[in-house]
Amino acid sequence: MYPSRFAYEAPTSLAEAIAILDRSGGEAKILAGGQSLVPMLKLRFAAPGTLVDINNIPGLGEHWLDKDGTLHIGALVRHEDLEYSTVIADSHPTLAAAAELVADPIVRTRGTFVGSVCHADPQGDWAATMVASGGQIIAQGPNGRRAIDVREFVLGPFTNALAYNEIAVEAVIPPATGTAKGGYLKLERRVGDFATASVAVNLDMHGDTVHRAGCALAGVGGRTIDANDAINGALKGKTLTPENIEAAADAVAAMAEPRSDHRGSADYKRHIVKTFVSRILSNIAHSEQKAA
Amino acid sequence: MSVDEIKIGGMGASRRRVEDNRFIRGKGKYVDDVVLPGMLHMEILRADVAHARIKSIDTSAAWEVPGVRLVLTGEMMAARNLAWMPTLSYDTQAVLATDKVRFQGQEVAAVIADDPYIAKDACAKIVVEYEALPVIVNPDQAQSPDAPLIRDDKENQPTNKIFDWEIGDKSGTDKAFEEADVISTIDLHYPRSHPSPLEPCGSIADYDRSTGKLTVYMTTQAPHIIRAAVAMVAELPEHQIRIISPDLGGGFGNKVPVYPGYVISILASILTERPVKWIEDKTGNLISTGFGRDVYLQGQMALRKDGKILGMRMHTISDHGAFYADAQPTKFKIGLMHSTFACYDVPAAHLTSTGYYTNKAPGGVAYRCSFRVTEAMFFQERMMHAAANDLGMDQAEFRRVNLVKDDMFPYRTAFGFLTDSGQYDKCMQVGMEAIGYDTFKEEQEEARKRGRLLGLGISTMTEPLGAGNSREYDILGIKMFDSAELRVHMTGKAILRTGAKTQGQGHETTWAQIVAHELGIPADDIVVEEGDTDTAPFGMGTYASRSTPVAGAAVAMAARKVRAKARKIAAHLLEVSEEDIEWELGRFYVRGNHDRGVTIQDCALAAYSNMPDGMEPGLENVSYYDPPNLTWPFAAYFCKVEVDPATGVWDVLKFVAVDDCGVRINPMIVEGQVMGGLTEAYAMANMQYITFDESGNCIGSNYMDYLLPTAWETPGFELHEVVTPCPHHPIGAKGIGECATVAGPAAFVNAVMNAIEHTGVRNVDMPLQPNRVFEALQTGQDVSGMPPVKVE
Repeated sequence: MYPSRFAYEAPTSLAEAIAILDRSGGEAKILAGGQSLVPMLKLRFAAPGTLVDINNIPGLGEHWLDKDGTLHIGALVRHEDLEYSTVIADSHPTLAAAAELVADPIVRTRGTFVGSVCHADPQGDWAATMVASGGQIIAQGPNGRRAIDVREFVLGPFTNALAYNEIAVEAVIPPATGTAKGGYLKLERRVGDFATASVAVNLDMHGDTVHRAGCALAGVGGRTIDANDAINGALKGKTLTPENIEAAADAVAAMAEPRSDHRGSADYKRHIVKTFVSRILSNIAHSEQKAA
Repeated sequence: MSVDEIKIGGMGASRRRVEDNRFIRGKGKYVDDVVLPGMLHMEILRADVAHARIKSIDTSAAWEVPGVRLVLTGEMMAARNLAWMPTLSYDTQAVLATDKVRFQGQEVAAVIADDPYIAKDACAKIVVEYEALPVIVNPDQAQSPDAPLIRDDKENQPTNKIFDWEIGDKSGTDKAFEEADVISTIDLHYPRSHPSPLEPCGSIADYDRSTGKLTVYMTTQAPHIIRAAVAMVAELPEHQIRIISPDLGGGFGNKVPVYPGYVISILASILTERPVKWIEDKTGNLISTGFGRDVYLQGQMALRKDGKILGMRMHTISDHGAFYADAQPTKFKIGLMHSTFACYDVPAAHLTSTGYYTNKAPGGVAYRCSFRVTEAMFFQERMMHAAANDLGMDQAEFRRVNLVKDDMFPYRTAFGFLTDSGQYDKCMQVGMEAIGYDTFKEEQEEARKRGRLLGLGISTMTEPLGAGNSREYDILGIKMFDSAELRVHMTGKAILRTGAKTQGQGHETTWAQIVAHELGIPADDIVVEEGDTDTAPFGMGTYASRSTPVAGAAVAMAARKVRAKARKIAAHLLEVSEEDIEWELGRFYVRGNHDRGVTIQDCALAAYSNMPDGMEPGLENVSYYDPPNLTWPFAAYFCKVEVDPATGVWDVLKFVAVDDCGVRINPMIVEGQVMGGLTEAYAMANMQYITFDESGNCIGSNYMDYLLPTAWETPGFELHEVVTPCPHHPIGAKGIGECATVAGPAAFVNAVMNAIEHTGVRNVDMPLQPNRVFEALQTGQDVSGMPPVKVE
């Protein structure tokens, strides 16, 4: 690969990294896992003056639940860390379901959760799970830290809300107030293919009643589609009956903004969204029944 | 005592591949690993539009980039009569565009610089001004009366049609259709695919003005053909041209043609008097080099009520892109398409073909097949599937009624091929038992009651592999034989060189096994070399599964001639007459006195130290082998799938492959070839194609759009074997490298169709992406894959 020329920096502290970004005047780019950035460098779609490799900065590689159950994911947590995580299966089932469907197993060893959200690819899996789960990105810059709701963070295709001198150091995902339920389904032509359509559903259940429902879509619009209101409107305060599931699936499918391409027609993609919402909810309902 | 053939790694030994010692350690030596002193680097600027007149090319900014040594344009090539070059199908192809660009990705200019980064930077500074022209991406558009003329560079080319061609018996076939009880039809598109070897194409040209010698390291499957082509195109003397094809990272037909990059790098080396390296990137490989398929297949079959095939008509409409650059034997315009139905007893058949230019990359290479045989067999098995359904007959039964029977060989096909051996029905029986054929229909009905869609598909074929013979097969007039040179050293070790060129097939392993089988020298004592035209005997290279049928036969013949000479030496050493000498593997002995003998190694030593009076010293031979016929392997594949009615996604539940490739030299390598071929077949059936939007933009220009299956989605394959030796090959072997790619796709497609055809659908074009299968399920209508694809 023959990218454009760039300077390479490998700071060992966040302060140093932020100082480099600050000096660069917007010509620098953070390198974490590199699974999206490096291909873009190869194609010369990206030509940053400086790459700031944050892999030598300690303390960014952990994910943990704090005492109120909030999930914290550091900037260097790899997809694979979440795939094999022992802490998220019960507390954050939507993320757990997506973890094994992100890209392919090779990419999952290097790519990072936070980097994926920052990349703001409309087909990105993690951004969809974050939107469905009400997550936030913690940005750190010369003036300290701020928390950004992911819905204000992912601004559009490949555009996020970070200032040029800020680093996304952590993702924060709140716990359920009752029982967390969720799922993630993706239609891809091959492991690692961009999604034809993906659906993230996140439920906060109180008994067999939906206390809060979240949903987001990937691959069916020019950005991550926020379908939280659509699914919550259909399910909040209700049980997962076939009729309610059908209504929720219809409401979410109406939010999709798919376009026809070689992966399928717009109608087909919308149908897949509906099918997947229905499948995820039916699976949850089925498992609830089993538990009861 | 004779040596144990399996122990010495002879015929039938699943010997580990010796080349893997370096490949799995990352120690292979590919073209890009070669570094020559003073070497420069070349980058090609490609057209970003599909059809446009070139108004101007401004290279001045590129020349100003520090480290740039040369910038070449079509005009500069034309000044040296190198703007155009001949193709393997007697057409011409632009090396660097002069008048207009005719496909997206066409070569427009080249920069030669001190390093590849500089070359790429400078390429971006070349300014090309285009005047857009209407774009043609399929044959329907190409033959429209108001279509723009793509090849306005040619004389006597008033339309976009390249050729009309036909073969077979028209009147006999017409008569068969008059007598038919049932006429079945099918209409298919075999989509454009790409061989996509992991290593893209590349070359290092090194012209030495002081000696006049041109050495080119090149990714080529056919180094000797390239040497001849370079001699003709560049007008250099052939003895001063050395083509070296080092380790190749796959070829699959993609590395047979001559590409513009090779020619430009050669001229650049002549002009700069420095070695010039050109290594294509992945996108360059996918959008500009030899593709496979892209042909529309229309068929009709005349049938008797009892299932007997009376006749078959086929019409092909092929999309060749901007230059007719198919790699194929000279006599045929659409490869060996007429090998279709070679395994069935079809009394009358007629094939017509029309080829068109379009604004797409040129190619039409034999992607892991023997010149369009993949399309021929896919058509055959989709036609058989449709015909059985139209007759209301069981798929297996319909095939078994019509397959050529064992006692009918040698069998002359309706198109004139002579098939010579096989046990087709036995292969069917083995496969049917393995897949559980007899209970499937019940299983399918049960599943359907519960809303599940199961399907079973069958594909069979015999494939003409191993071109020549030289009477019928040549490329650019060069006859299709092959060669081997065997030199046995004094200590009984040996070096073998052939005119073939391995690119993953394992020649370094299997050729040594043939010598071990013929001479009893352990395979580990034999080194195999290929690919250097200064050292290897002349041959036509490796493609079309021709290595074992042709070069492999030459290896056996060279070894036999060495053995004949060794026999004379043995007689001398044992002091008996040659007539009294007997052979067992690795050893000559005196008839009637088994203990009195000499080994082949003893004879080798004597050939250099104690030869009989009057005998020429040494123990070596060069053999050229011109096969009397093609070889005819057979395959019967059975595939069971489940289709998800809500999404159109389908999964392979079981796949059974029965292959008869005659005698297997190395069973492990044969199984590897079948596994690899089935994986590529699965890819084509399921996910892999290159298509275009209405502007001629290539969709499939990188590995996110052009999908290669990985271990995660590729299904498991269950392999079975039947062995019917080839009657004319010295060791009874037949080609195998491509059988699975050829016969595989129809098995997958027929299985999916079987699962969904209750809706009335007759055909879904490959790849059977979920959206296409879902559309067929919803509408009951056929789904066409003809480009342009709609992209919003």
